[in-house]
Amino acid sequence: MTQGLYEIIKNDALTSTVYKMVIKGDTSAITAPGQFVNLKLEGKFLRRPISICDYDDTSITLVYKVVGEGTEQMAEMKAGEVIDVLVGLGNGYSLDKCGEKPLFIGGGVGIPPLYNLCKKLIKAGKTCTVILGFNNADEIFLEDDFKALGANVIVTTVDGSYGTKGFVTDAMKDINYTYFFTCGPMPMFKAIESTAVTSGQYSFEERMGCGFGACMGCSCKTKYGNKRICKDGPVLEREEIIW
Amino acid sequence: MVNTKINLCGIEIDNPVIPASGTFGFGYEFAEIYDINCLGTFSFKGTTKDPRFGNPTPRIAECDSGMINAVGLQNPGVEKVISDELPKLKACFNKPVMANVSGFSVEDYAYTVEQLDSQDQIGWFEVNVSCPNVHGGGMSFGTSPEAAAEVTAAVRNVTDKPLFIKLSPNVTDIVAIAKACEAAGADGISMINTMLGMRIDLKTRRPVIANKMGGFSGPAIKPVALRMVYQVYEAVKIPIIGMGGIATAKDVIEMMLAGATAVQVGAQNLVDPFACRDIINDLPSVMKKYGIDDLTSIIGGAH
Ligand SMILES: Cc1cc2nc3c(=O)[nH]c(=O)nc-3n(C[C@H](O)[C@H](O)[C@H](O)COP(=O)(O)OP(=O)(O)OC[C@H]3O[C@@H](n4cnc5c(N)ncnc54)[C@H](O)[C@@H]3O)c2cc1C
Ligand SMILES: Cc1cc2nc3c(=O)[nH]c(=O)nc-3n(C[C@H](O)[C@H](O)[C@H](O)COP(=O)(O)O)c2cc1C
Ligand code: FES
Repeated sequence: MTQGLYEIIKNDALTSTVYKMVIKGDTSAITAPGQFVNLKLEGKFLRRPISICDYDDTSITLVYKVVGEGTEQMAEMKAGEVIDVLVGLGNGYSLDKCGEKPLFIGGGVGIPPLYNLCKKLIKAGKTCTVILGFNNADEIFLEDDFKALGANVIVTTVDGSYGTKGFVTDAMKDINYTYFFTCGPMPMFKAIESTAVTSGQYSFEERMGCGFGACMGCSCKTKYGNKRICKDGPVLEREEIIW
Repeated sequence: MVNTKINLCGIEIDNPVIPASGTFGFGYEFAEIYDINCLGTFSFKGTTKDPRFGNPTPRIAECDSGMINAVGLQNPGVEKVISDELPKLKACFNKPVMANVSGFSVEDYAYTVEQLDSQDQIGWFEVNVSCPNVHGGGMSFGTSPEAAAEVTAAVRNVTDKPLFIKLSPNVTDIVAIAKACEAAGADGISMINTMLGMRIDLKTRRPVIANKMGGFSGPAIKPVALRMVYQVYEAVKIPIIGMGGIATAKDVIEMMLAGATAVQVGAQNLVDPFACRDIINDLPSVMKKYGIDDLTSIIGGAH
């Protein structure tokens, strides 16, 4: 983990509620895709955890949805402003068990942490299939980005206004995969849990005090003992999760 | 050169800045990002006789200038603290540490302190009496002078190390409780623990915290903490460790002027992991600014 001041390079709307922010600064603390950062916002006591969507040697891309006061404040920030960020938090996804045909399943703002993971696995020569789940066509983001990586992308919408009508699990049934990675809301996780036919990794959310393992604010029970979502997670393996 | 050294019940510490229990784990998360040997000491996570998972989540709620936590004393239990946590801590911290202990009966407290007493790493005990007494209808030990004194006396029996009793602010007369602890053999008073609070989510119309209520702390509670430390300083002769909303070197000085011999920093560590290091680095220049050569000289200076 490192703390630093990062300059906002870009902060653009992707949909009416989802934004993409690119910040510039030291990324040496990032060890795996699926890790997150913790952002200090003016006037807010607690930091805001946001997944690392993508990163390179000098910049980090965050994709976030406006859901409350803090994220609303983020959406109003402009390029050139500086933000205090803790970087390199959490365990992230582990890449070594995924076989040749990994499947990525993202629901809403659970999609961002899958992006850099997919990028790395495509580079490693894997055949990647991505299912992106939304409520309707207006909410769709990152579809083109995943396609540009070379992934086979399937979009599902609950109302059928774009792509496959239904839930991510409706699309999963026809796919041949060796492993899965997912992030998204709890109801989606439960549906995946009853549909998936391989091992996989889930990335969880919890209200956090610190984000780096000090306060025990984010604990959960697993088959391998108590874990902190912020430090021992947010990614847990399918085999250890107690539903 | 200004002097930041403080004598805390016979043990000299380099400065009066102490991370508060529950906000610093067993130290090693912070040791990954800076050398924690700059600290005066630190108070480790509240330890109980048996392992505890604590409360269901969500355990955390944000407030204006503070936060609510309902962790529920999650800790691995005293046996694992001794076998696993203390050796890990020893690898990154070479000063005496403050052992924070909780319990749900007088016997629990005495058992846990007795187990820890033989550990050389431990310099002081800090006994948290804010926990509910399972034999006393669930009322917190810290809400009655008699119950607080009973815990103090039981723990006093099993250790010769300096003993601080950590008081709850959720009481009508904190002075009476502090005096009862002093009379029962406490070497010092640690105060204040968190204040009972609540947040409600407007969308779900339910409390944010699964446990409904939790402990409110952070900069918002500093005036309450200052007032209570000031009152207790007038009533007892033993030293006070003051805490509640400490976030800057100026806060340290303000708390010491109220009557604290040392201070603890809690919630601020969670939002700024370098908070204690930065406060320690800032202390000399802030002391100079306010004409202070020796920190010991300002203890209780506001009286
Ligand atoms: C590991 C992790 C990764 C995340 N990654 C992303 C991401 O990539 N994109 C994205 O849009 N969102 C992400 N979230 C959710 C994001 O943290 C919340 O949407 C955000 O904190 C809401 O802040 P707010 O001030 O707008 O909302 P408010 O409701 O006003 O926030 C009040 C408090 O509750 C906390 N809170 C509210 N919702 C959540 C939540 N879902 N999870 C955790 N804390 C919450 C806030 O941090 C704050 O402390 C992630 C959460 C976690 C834990
Ligand atoms: C997340 C969290 C966990 C805590 N756990 C403990 C604990 O285990 N034992 C204890 O005596 N106090 C505990 N406290 C209370 C603090 O040590 C401190 O007394 C209180 O938070 C006031 O200081 P602050 O305003 O600087 O946070 C905890 C506080 C927080 C925020
Ligand atoms: S949020 Fe503090 S331990 Fe996870």
